Amino acid sequence: MASTSTTAPGTPAADTAVPPGPAISLEGVFKSFRSGSGTVHAVDGVDLGVERGEFFSLLGPSGCGKTTTMRMIAGFEEPTAGVVRLNGRDVTGVPANRRDVNMVFQSYALFPHMSVADNVAFGLRRRRVAKDEIRRRVGEMLELVELGHRAGHRPSRLSGGQQQRVALARALVNRPAALLLDEPLGALDLKLRQTMQVELKRIQREVGITFVYVTHDQGEALTMSDRIAVMNNGRVEQLGTPAQVYERPATRFVADFIGTGNLVRGTVRGESGGVWRVEVGDGATALLAELPAALASQGSGAVGSEVDLIVRPEKIRLGTEAPGDGVSAVPGTVAETVYTGAATHYQVDIGGGGTVTVHLQNSSDSALAADRGDRVWLSWPARHSAALPA
Amino acid sequence: MRNRKLTPYVLVLPAWTWLALFFVVPIGGMLSLSLTTGNVITGFQQTFAVGNYADAVGTYWEQILRSLLYGGCATLVCIAVGYPVAYWIAFRGGAYKSTYLLLLLLPFFVSFVLRTISWRFFLSDNGVVLGTFKDLGLLPDGFAVLNTAPAVVLGLAYNFLPFMVLPIYAVLERMDPHLVEASHDLYANRVRAFVHVVLPVSLPGVFAGVLMTFIPTSADYVNASVLGGTHNTMIGNVIQTQYLVNNNYPIAASITFVLMGLLLVGIFSYARALGTERVMEVHTS
Repeated sequence: MASTSTTAPGTPAADTAVPPGPAISLEGVFKSFRSGSGTVHAVDGVDLGVERGEFFSLLGPSGCGKTTTMRMIAGFEEPTAGVVRLNGRDVTGVPANRRDVNMVFQSYALFPHMSVADNVAFGLRRRRVAKDEIRRRVGEMLELVELGHRAGHRPSRLSGGQQQRVALARALVNRPAALLLDEPLGALDLKLRQTMQVELKRIQREVGITFVYVTHDQGEALTMSDRIAVMNNGRVEQLGTPAQVYERPATRFVADFIGTGNLVRGTVRGESGGVWRVEVGDGATALLAELPAALASQGSGAVGSEVDLIVRPEKIRLGTEAPGDGVSAVPGTVAETVYTGAATHYQVDIGGGGTVTVHLQNSSDSALAADRGDRVWLSWPARHSAALPA
Repeated sequence: MRNRKLTPYVLVLPAWTWLALFFVVPIGGMLSLSLTTGNVITGFQQTFAVGNYADAVGTYWEQILRSLLYGGCATLVCIAVGYPVAYWIAFRGGAYKSTYLLLLLLPFFVSFVLRTISWRFFLSDNGVVLGTFKDLGLLPDGFAVLNTAPAVVLGLAYNFLPFMVLPIYAVLERMDPHLVEASHDLYANRVRAFVHVVLPVSLPGVFAGVLMTFIPTSADYVNASVLGGTHNTMIGNVIQTQYLVNNNYPIAASITFVLMGLLLVGIFSYARALGTERVMEVHTS
């Protein structure tokens, strides 16, 4: 790719002046559909901005409104209320064929009667780009997705992964302000999906185009995104970097939807040296570095309040002896062990109705193998606890 | 091992038997009949004389050409009317697609001949439609639809319309609706989306529809005899007369083969013009 080191295939032409500000912004966007018996609020007040060049994911379960949100950016749906902006320009009401975004469909939607090259050239031809330039850009794009040798083939002769890359090339070749991807890896098997995740990220880096990625797969979103908007019931529950969303879930839904969240009810007992003590289970003490915002403002008035403590299963250490000071120390009884190959999952009953899941890597130095019924100690540093108001 | 090798042949045996009994044998019989001479009283002798073919083409070329013309026109009318109908049912039919299809097919539960004859009453020179228009002074007194070429073409188009609608509908209905969205996404407006995506993807359906209307309409004789009067005879009428009235079986058989040959040549050149790969391919993605 030495020849393209100066200008990557997707680099916007120098004369297209791009105003500052987010590439995409949604302002107070609502979308409701009439269905047989009543009205469905698919998108229920979404505000978000996608920065230029960012890999942005809309993550949520099916029916959470993420696909409808994307379709409103593409122009396939019009919001019931609110404004959609592309590069600062209000495009609400502008039809899809006059919006500077391109989409990769879940079903790929490749044109079956055209060759791979003609599929990729479709958008450029509609925009009446010069023939020579079309040939050059289509060639470059097919090289980028490593399908140059299949240019003359019909899509039906390609494998699922190759079709996926054609769909990507067909959208990217137009150098859109943003590329929208609707669960593009959903139809691929696990191995190929993992390869394509890396591949997508590489391509996004090379072309530098803003990606908006819709998925229900939290692993995919965490792996690839710069920022994630976690959606539920038509609303954005949390917007943040993968680490923020994973380590500091803002709502119960996010804690539960992303990874395995241990949610343990506890009572704030006091603070020393910037670390809060929370009583959980049968009088055990867990440590918390940061109170939820609503309680933090009350200072020492927060003592006695109930909180839901969140700890990720892989942050917890399991031991047979009580840990030293300075960490959360919670005793419990192993209720279940599940061997999963790389790791073993333990369900530990901590009393007071609480159960905590612990994931331990099966590495050579993790000697402990607790069995069902064993008494164990759970410990973790204060910085790995997050809390929500109960 | 030996049994396994035979299994596929045993399995296709019923199909081959069926084809042999009901296709190869009758075609062979017709072919041999077309190469005989004689008459129904003295009997027909197998002379392998090709004179029947020369007679058939020489005498009836006008009816042959007229049949292909009427069939072709009726097929074009079927496309013009049938494509929008199929498109509308497939993309706008929503939950009532099957209802609309049933409505389309409902008239065809009535006998073919009966329906054609009822058009005769409907379109008669002083009947419900023309009579009313003439009374209102909207049409001249001498105006007639019956016993004209357009009457035959429209009758054919009416009778074979479902054979055009159904294959086009089947292809459009199976088409991924995201294809249209993808074309809009790639800057195509509605017209371009139709020309560059919907129409080419539905071509196999149009091709099937053309076969299923052009072949039977070109060979039809009911519409010509009921709606066409005496000046619009089609080759189907000639075959029928030669067979059932004149008992001139060799001529009737050779006309049949001439018509069959012309249709085959027509269809293959049509398929070539559209691109065989395009019309035969079944798009599933």
